[in-house]
Amino acid sequence: MICAEALQHYGLRSLGIGERLLPREDITLCEQVVLIGSGMIWNVYFGVLALAFGFVFAVALAVAKTQRARLVRKPAEWFIFVFRGSPLFIQFFMAYEAFVMLPRVGVEFTVLGVEIAAETRWFARAWLGALIVLFLNTSAYAAEIFYGALRSVPKGDLEAADAYGLSGWGKFRRITFPTTMRLAWPAYTNEAIFLFHATALVFFSSFPAFQQRGDALYYANYFADRTFNPFVPYPIVAIYFVLLTLVIIGVFGAINTRLNRHLPAERRQRLRIRPQVIR
Amino acid sequence: MFEFCTDPSTLDTFRWFSCYLTNGAHVLFYQSFLTVFALLAVTAPTALAFGFAAASASRSHILPVSWLGKLYTAMVRGVPDIVFFLFFILVLDQAIEYTRHVIACPDWTEDVRQGANFLVCPEARTPSGNAAQWVHEIYGFALAVFTYAIVFGAFCGNVLFGAMRAVPRAQLETAEAYGMARRQVFWRVLVPQMWIYALPGLSNIWMILIKATPLLFLLGIEDIVYWARELGGSRTSAYQYPHPDWRFWYFLGLLVFYLAFTRVSEIVLARLTARLSHGQATAAGEELRRAAA
Repeated sequence: MICAEALQHYGLRSLGIGERLLPREDITLCEQVVLIGSGMIWNVYFGVLALAFGFVFAVALAVAKTQRARLVRKPAEWFIFVFRGSPLFIQFFMAYEAFVMLPRVGVEFTVLGVEIAAETRWFARAWLGALIVLFLNTSAYAAEIFYGALRSVPKGDLEAADAYGLSGWGKFRRITFPTTMRLAWPAYTNEAIFLFHATALVFFSSFPAFQQRGDALYYANYFADRTFNPFVPYPIVAIYFVLLTLVIIGVFGAINTRLNRHLPAERRQRLRIRPQVIR
Repeated sequence: MFEFCTDPSTLDTFRWFSCYLTNGAHVLFYQSFLTVFALLAVTAPTALAFGFAAASASRSHILPVSWLGKLYTAMVRGVPDIVFFLFFILVLDQAIEYTRHVIACPDWTEDVRQGANFLVCPEARTPSGNAAQWVHEIYGFALAVFTYAIVFGAFCGNVLFGAMRAVPRAQLETAEAYGMARRQVFWRVLVPQMWIYALPGLSNIWMILIKATPLLFLLGIEDIVYWARELGGSRTSAYQYPHPDWRFWYFLGLLVFYLAFTRVSEIVLARLTARLSHGQATAAGEELRRAAA
């Protein structure tokens, strides 16, 4: 019964819906589970959007890195080096300071017929600013993976494409890109898991949690500070993340199966999951 | 630092900066870079030792020991390590205090966990309440190092376990054919040969460890991130060196520091790989042999 109450009060607390005050005294297990789960909404939001946008940008970067022309190759190489070579944590701090320095002017633009008044101070909020940083960061990591895969596309495949008279865009779309994806997918799955874990950093870096709307770790840390008992909230976060990881593995595994559907069953690559660490 | 620094407001830009960048707070900032290096210098070998122990345990023929090793390496998968960092440091702190509490005050009747508080008897406070500031700092740093070592030890354990399995079976069988005992095979054949297989994974972990060092800030250590935030914040004219918000520039400095550090590590690790490939039964080792012959 009380759990239902907790769900009602704190189920969407991380979005600012529900009880305004966080639980202070006599914190129950239900409240911890619900509130931390509510924070997971943010982790999923950051992870899904950064991954979706990052995928497209990463493919572009990887292709740019394989080009002969220095003017195209060098910027891609530098971008990848800067974002892979420095800690995400510092990137968050820097981005936040940079976004705060932006002059506070409003810009209006239209998306799908809806007028949106964008303000540059949105950049200093986690939902946009942190998303941009995560997007750039995952693009760099994924681009390196795709670059490696692009370079290991079998020579025979490309020669066969030439023999069929495919060239340029057609060759890329029909031969190079699908094979690249097939080769890169296991590593890209790890990158996705890695990115979802990295979302835990958002409210610990500089982006402030506006009206205590934070992510899972933000609330876990809140509870650990309040109850001085780390043995409950942190394992809850851990369980949530393990579940999230399992979902990612499921989804990416399904895509992997689809990518390799033309191969005989025993030659299909199994997905090997080796989640990495911090970036 | 310099003699002309007594009144900074009268100086031109170049001199102002030469004074600003050498004042007391900045010296502390530069020292905090040493904190980072110290952390890496202590953590890397410790984590490697933990990892080695875990990998050897996973290979053990005694079932509970191998479970223990595997549990430890599996523990860190699937969970963001920042959770581990925040969790462990509290757990360690409380475990130490509680152990000392049980030993030092056996007749303490009150509950240790009182609602939201964790209260141990005064003798068990770690470090003791009247200890000097540096004792507190060292204690905090030691806790942080231990936490890093535990987390990164698990990653190393993963890599080393894989490396041990990558050593060609034939090598071990040859050693057995020469009549070596299990222990001898392990120390004389397996361990010397596994490093080249472990190196790509270990260098990866080293890069990740470098990039994990700013997290010290979250553990409450006065590291480079702390000082960059501290020094970069805007200073009013009440201070000796007034300036607007320069945190961006300080973080840019840190970014460049990390990029340079990563680059140098990459170069050193590439050399190390070449060195370790000497005389190994791998493609790179074969190439080296051909080149020499």
